[in-house]
Order: sequence, then C-alpha cells, then structure tokens
Amino acid sequence: MSRFQGVDYFCIDELLSEDELLVRKTVRDYVDQKVLPIIEKHYEEGTFPLHLVPQMAELGLFGSTLPAKYGCAEMNNVAYGIVMQELERGDSGIRSFASVQSALVMYPIFTFGSQKQKDHWLPKLAAGLAVGCFGLTEPDYGSNPGGLITRAEKRSGGYLLNGAKMWITNGSIADVAVVWAKLDGEIRGFLIEKGTKGFSAPEMKGKHSLRASVTSELVFQDCLIPEENILPESGGLKSPLKCLSQARYGIAWGAVGSSMACYDVALQYAKSRIQFDKPIASFQLTQEKLVQMVTEITKAQLLCLQLGRLKDQGKEKFAQISLAKRNNVHEALGIARTAREILGANGILNEYPVMRHAANLESVKTYEGTHEMHTLIVGEDITGIAAFA
Amino acid sequence: MKLAACINHVPDTAAKINIAADGKTIDKSGVTYVISPYDEIAVEECLRLKEKNGGDVTVISLGGDAHKETLRKALAMGADKAVLLRDDSVRDSSGVARALADYLKELSPDIVFFGKQSVDYDDGAVGVMVAEMLGLPSVSVVVKLDIADGKATAEREIEGGREVLETSLPAVFTTQKGLNEPRYPSLKGIMGAKSKPIEERPTSPVTAKIELLLMQKPPAKPAGRIIGTDVSAVPELVRLLHEEAKVI
Ligand SMILES: Cc1cc2nc3c(=O)[nH]c(=O)nc-3n(C[C@H](O)[C@H](O)[C@H](O)COP(=O)(O)OP(=O)(O)OC[C@H]3O[C@@H](n4cnc5c(N)ncnc54)[C@H](O)[C@@H]3O)c2cc1C
Repeated sequence: MSRFQGVDYFCIDELLSEDELLVRKTVRDYVDQKVLPIIEKHYEEGTFPLHLVPQMAELGLFGSTLPAKYGCAEMNNVAYGIVMQELERGDSGIRSFASVQSALVMYPIFTFGSQKQKDHWLPKLAAGLAVGCFGLTEPDYGSNPGGLITRAEKRSGGYLLNGAKMWITNGSIADVAVVWAKLDGEIRGFLIEKGTKGFSAPEMKGKHSLRASVTSELVFQDCLIPEENILPESGGLKSPLKCLSQARYGIAWGAVGSSMACYDVALQYAKSRIQFDKPIASFQLTQEKLVQMVTEITKAQLLCLQLGRLKDQGKEKFAQISLAKRNNVHEALGIARTAREILGANGILNEYPVMRHAANLESVKTYEGTHEMHTLIVGEDITGIAAFA
Repeated sequence: MKLAACINHVPDTAAKINIAADGKTIDKSGVTYVISPYDEIAVEECLRLKEKNGGDVTVISLGGDAHKETLRKALAMGADKAVLLRDDSVRDSSGVARALADYLKELSPDIVFFGKQSVDYDDGAVGVMVAEMLGLPSVSVVVKLDIADGKATAEREIEGGREVLETSLPAVFTTQKGLNEPRYPSLKGIMGAKSKPIEERPTSPVTAKIELLLMQKPPAKPAGRIIGTDVSAVPELVRLLHEEAKVI
C-alpha cells in the first residue's frame, strides 16, 4: 500500500489556511511514522501505547485551543478538528486519548476550575506529564446521566465521595479524574487525584473494540478529597454536557479520519486485485461502493469544516454538533464495513486497518451520546418536542 | 553562531508525476509539494547547533510564491528568519547556485547547510557549487558533524565505509540521511511562525549553461507472468531468463 495522500474530492483544501494545512501535515506524518507501525500490535495485545503521550504533547496535541500561557498552542477549532481527524486515521483509541485529555479534562478545568486548579493542572496536562480521565457514565446511568447516583457530601475540610463510574477512558492510567457527582442533589465536578484513599480504578477487560485504549471503572468508597478539589464554576447537568459538546465536535472530525483510512485502502486494493482477469475496481458493483464512500466522506468533510468555522465564531448550536457526530460516525461505520467487503477475505486480516476501524467505530457510535440520543437531540431541536422519555 | 539552510520546494516523493505537454516540465496539477527531505535534515541540523551553541537560523529558498509554504514550515520547525529569493523562471543548477551565493555572501553565515540533493531533479550540485562560488571549504553527504573551537569535524559516506574530515569555518555542508531525524513542526511552532517574517528579495537573471531538451518517463513495466507453480516450470523459466530477458 502506498503512503496516504489524503482524500479531497471537492478541493476542500482550498478552504483551509496555510497553518491548518501545516497542522494536518505534522499530524499526518506523525501518524504514518509513529502510530501506524505499532498500532496493530497494541490493538492485538489490548494495550494503550503510553510512549506516544510525551511525543503527542511535544507536538502540542493536548488542549490545543487553550491559551498559550498554559503551554497550549492556542489554535482555532478547525485546527483542533484536523488533529482529531488525523489521529483517528491512525486509530480511534489514540484519538480517544487526545479527546479525553483535551476536551473532557483540560476543557472543564479551564472552564469550571479555579485559577489555582488551572495553574496547577493545565501546564502538566498539556505537557503530557499528567494524564486525565472524565467520569460521568455509571453502571445504571448511561444515556441518562442526569440520574447519576455517585454522591459527594460536605465534611469538615473537604468532600466525601461514594459511588462508581463505568466505561471510563484512561481511568487506570489517569493522574487526575474529573468526576461528576451530586452534592445536595446538584451535579458538580470534582478533581480526584490518583492514589487518594478510597479511590480505585480497575481496568475493564474483554473489549472487542477500542482495544488500544484503556477503559476502566472508577470506584469511590468513603473517598475524602480536599475542599479545593471541587470545580467551583460547575453546576448542573449542563456542565458535563458542555464538555461532551467539545468532545463530540472532535469525534465528528475523527470519524472522517477513519473513513479516509478505509476508503484509501479499499480504492488501492480494488485497483490492484484481479478477478475474472480484471481489477475488481472495473466491476460496476465495486465502483458503486467506492463512489458511495467518497460521496459520504466529502459530505462529512464539509459538515465538519462549516461546524468548525461556526464554532470559531461562537455560533455553533449543540444540536448541530449532534447532527455531525451522528452522521459522520454512522457513515464511517458504513464505509469501514464496505471496505471490509471490497477486501474480501483480506478484509478480516490485521495486515489491513479496516476491521480494526470497523470494530473501533462500534464504540465511537455509542460513546459521547449514542446514535439514538443524537437523533433525539436533533429531533427535539427541529420539532420543539422532546422524545427522550 | 550564524546558521543558514538552503531549502527547496519539491513534489512529494509519493506523488504520481506526469510530464507536461511541452515535454520539458512536469504537470503540476494534483501534485502536492513538500520541503525536500534532505533539506529538512539541513534545517534540523541548524536548529540543533543553535540549541547547543546559540545563534540564529536563516532559511533561504529560491523560487515563486509556492516556496513560501516550505519556508513557513521551516519557520514552524524553529528557524528564526526566512528569505524568498524571488524567481519564477526555471534555472539550471549553476543558475540556482549563483542566486544563492549572491545572497549568502551578504548574509555571511558561519555554516551553510544544503540537502545532499534536491529530490526533484536530483542534480546534487548546488551545495558544492555555492561553496566554490563563495570560496569556502565544503564537505558533501555528511552523516555526522561536530563543531568545536571554530572547527568542524564531519563524517561522510563513501562506498563501503566512512571518511572523517576536518575543516575551518565558515564552511558549507550537504546533508545525508542519518545525520539527524528532523522534528515535526509543533502546533505551537506553527502558531509562532505566523509572526516571523518572510523577506522577499529580487534576483538577477542568469544565462543558463545547460539546456533541458526532454523529460521521459521510464518505460512501462509489462505485467508479470506465471509460467508454473512447481518444479516442472524450471526449464521454461531458465529458457525465458536466457532467451527473452537475457539475464543469464
Ligand atoms: C470504549 C468506551 C469508552 C467510554 N469512555 C467514557 C468516558 O471516558 N467517560 C464516560 O463518562 N463514559 C464513557 N463511555 C460510556 C458511554 O458514554 C456510554 O456507554 C453511552 O453514553 C451509552 O450508555 P450505555 O452504554 O449505558 O447505554 P444505554 O444508555 O443503556 O443505552 C442502550 C441502548 O438504548 C438506547 N436508548 C437509551 N435511551 C433511549 C431513549 N430514550 N430512546 C431511544 N433509545 C434509547 C441507546 O441509544 C442504546 O442503543 C465509554 C463507552 C465506551 C464503549
């Protein structure tokens, strides 16, 4: 397979600035040289390649939209999206790490944290010297996080936490967990440091998807944290939902990355695989598949770019983010499955990335709000009628 | 220490190249351009020397507006200043060397780096020509370099081994793979590069010493042929290698 050259059927590159293109080149080259050669092994072994963290930090991939004074690149949202796209062309697990660190840990500390919390954590998280995780989902509260039952109680000099979180990306490798718990019935954010008494984060095993990513439970048993560890500006379900909007925006871009990876492989394969004395790309049925792929990629690219430009002007609506995440991940999954078909038996081998992407995208379709929940969010937005319950 | 790297903007090595209708230039449509990979090593070496010994790094490219993209990348990697020697014509190597030498004479850096060759035309001539024009010592195809006490010790690759050479400064070096691993421009570097200047300079025209007559693609390879799958095919294979391919 020859080196990935990008997919740009509608000259969308012309809509990107010189810096945005340079960011893409940096991350694309990085993924080619440092991620792709090792990812299949980690996927197979079910391990996250931790050694990439300092490298990604050096490139400035964590919290890249946050201010330079915290050691961040202070780039726009389109550049952030491009980073997510290129990382996910490598693997959804690598993108998930960067999403969580940036959108679900650095963003809430920046948005809801005290100055002291920002000064302490943001430079460390940007430099990859600390890893973070985001604990919202619980065993009994997934799509309905508002019902969560992890609770915090005021004690002298701090808060006492009890409860459990599940499906938490980076949980077991995190130095700090942003945890959402109810304090007097209101959802608030708390920072829990690794090693705090009463806090443990066992890894969840047995995943068939997102295998190159750590997923964990977070367990709190009379876990006492200092008073200064509450995120002072957080309050209500809208606080974690604001974080999720950031992350979902990145996922909409990320899905384009895995789509491009699968399409690129399928196109090259179809042109070189001979059956009935002809390349399989010469059969109309195969062409229709490839055309459908490039069409959906092009649509997804335009959705992301316009969403990013709106976000840079502060004009995006959360339902637009839902529409983009919903569409792009759904189409990415379709593209991965079609690529698998085009590759025939080879499609199931780890010599090609398509089965890994297809399996990963099953998680991506569920986390950060399931496909169905995003349907209901957009549905409510356009009809004015909530259909959640 | 004043350091300089001369860098070229060339088609990506993975790009599919077609020859334009005039038969003398390449068809640029759909071709992505990058900094020539050996020139990237030249920039990296400047940055490492600066990090060790202090100083500043100037990157220079001869060409049209498109070359600014490559200069911008070098600035994002960490170069301090970029100079575009504006020229939209097509020059032979000596014409390129002339323009670079004229500018470098004025800049008078302690060390000038070039890639050992630019991966578009692969002449491999510009670096050493510039050294000659400036009357400076040069070492080409360098894989290791140490600078100490105003002197440079350079190792270069020769057939089957290595040569170790010493030279006074200022000097010119052309870089080979292995000298270093170029860094990626970081996001912070890319943002920082926005405020760094790209100075534009006019160049004087030169008369070409060499004229390019024709570019040709290598002949298309015929499709492979399977003449058998077991030992019984060997005699036929030997016959074809002998009579058709004429290799044995
Ligand atoms: C690999 C991985 C990593 C994750 N990382 C994190 C993390 O870092 N932090 C975190 O907090 N969470 C994380 N999650 C959890 C994820 O966000 C949840 O799995 C997700 O919100 C769905 O919750 P659930 O799995 O409990 O499904 P449920 O909510 O039980 O949903 C099951 C099915 O019912 C459907 N459904 C539910 N309600 C409705 C309704 N009203 N109408 C129609 N259909 C409905 C859903 O769409 C889904 O199809 C991760 C999950 C995975 C798989």
